[in-house]
Amino acid sequence: MHALANPARFLRFARPATTWLLLIGLALAVVGMIAGLTLTPPDYLQGETVRILYIHVPSAWLGMAGWVGIAAASVSQLVWRHPLAAVAGRAVAPAGATFAAICLITGSIWGRPTWGTWWEWDGRLTSMLVLFFLYLGYIALASAERERGGDGRIAAIYGLVGAINLPIIHYSVLWWRTLHQGQSIGLNGSTIDESILWPLPLTMIGFTCLFGAATLMRIRAELAQNKVEARMRRMGT
Amino acid sequence: MDPWPFVIAAYSVAVSLTVALMIWAFGSMRRSEIAADALKRK
Repeated sequence: MHALANPARFLRFARPATTWLLLIGLALAVVGMIAGLTLTPPDYLQGETVRILYIHVPSAWLGMAGWVGIAAASVSQLVWRHPLAAVAGRAVAPAGATFAAICLITGSIWGRPTWGTWWEWDGRLTSMLVLFFLYLGYIALASAERERGGDGRIAAIYGLVGAINLPIIHYSVLWWRTLHQGQSIGLNGSTIDESILWPLPLTMIGFTCLFGAATLMRIRAELAQNKVEARMRRMGT
Repeated sequence: MDPWPFVIAAYSVAVSLTVALMIWAFGSMRRSEIAADALKRK
């Protein structure tokens, strides 16, 4: 991690990585979604609505993974004072918030024909909504802190405190067995039939690459802004 | 209840928000990098 602490060295890695992540992400996400819409059979219970799985599950994973990224950047900022940690935390947040929003909206759309309701104050749905609001709070706090010339420590503490919501989201389907189904994909395999499951890794990897590309683009934007601001300060003095 | 309007709506939301995120991230990166390069040339 510290090998990439130098912005010039980081940019030598980030420029080609952005392009590759964009191309691979786009290709896999498009192929996965087309396969999920046209090539897989309908579920015996849910029928055609099961196809929402291929976008809902990756967005849920990325909504949570985004906050894991913020928590890791926060630790890196508070413990090791990594020079890119605050920038990385701010860069992950918009992508994480977007995928948390996609997860909530697609879940609500999936819920209407499956459960008969758009929304229920169920443990999983509510904790995911809390995660979305945590993202909004983080984005507002981190940008306000940056504008006032802070070093990002307040946002880092908020990022660490917010991480308490991640195990709550994960275990919510076990702790409060209400409407949302239990875990169907785990480390030991899946309860979903292979004929339906196979496009899911394509969209999972595809959207993850797009998430990575968006994050790298935000880091590059902020590093360039920092360069402009530093130059303006030097010219002003 | 016809399931397809729900499937199409979910995919439309996911694709639109992802495309909007990518365009915004790309646009902000290009604008910032162009401004930094222009200032370096001065």
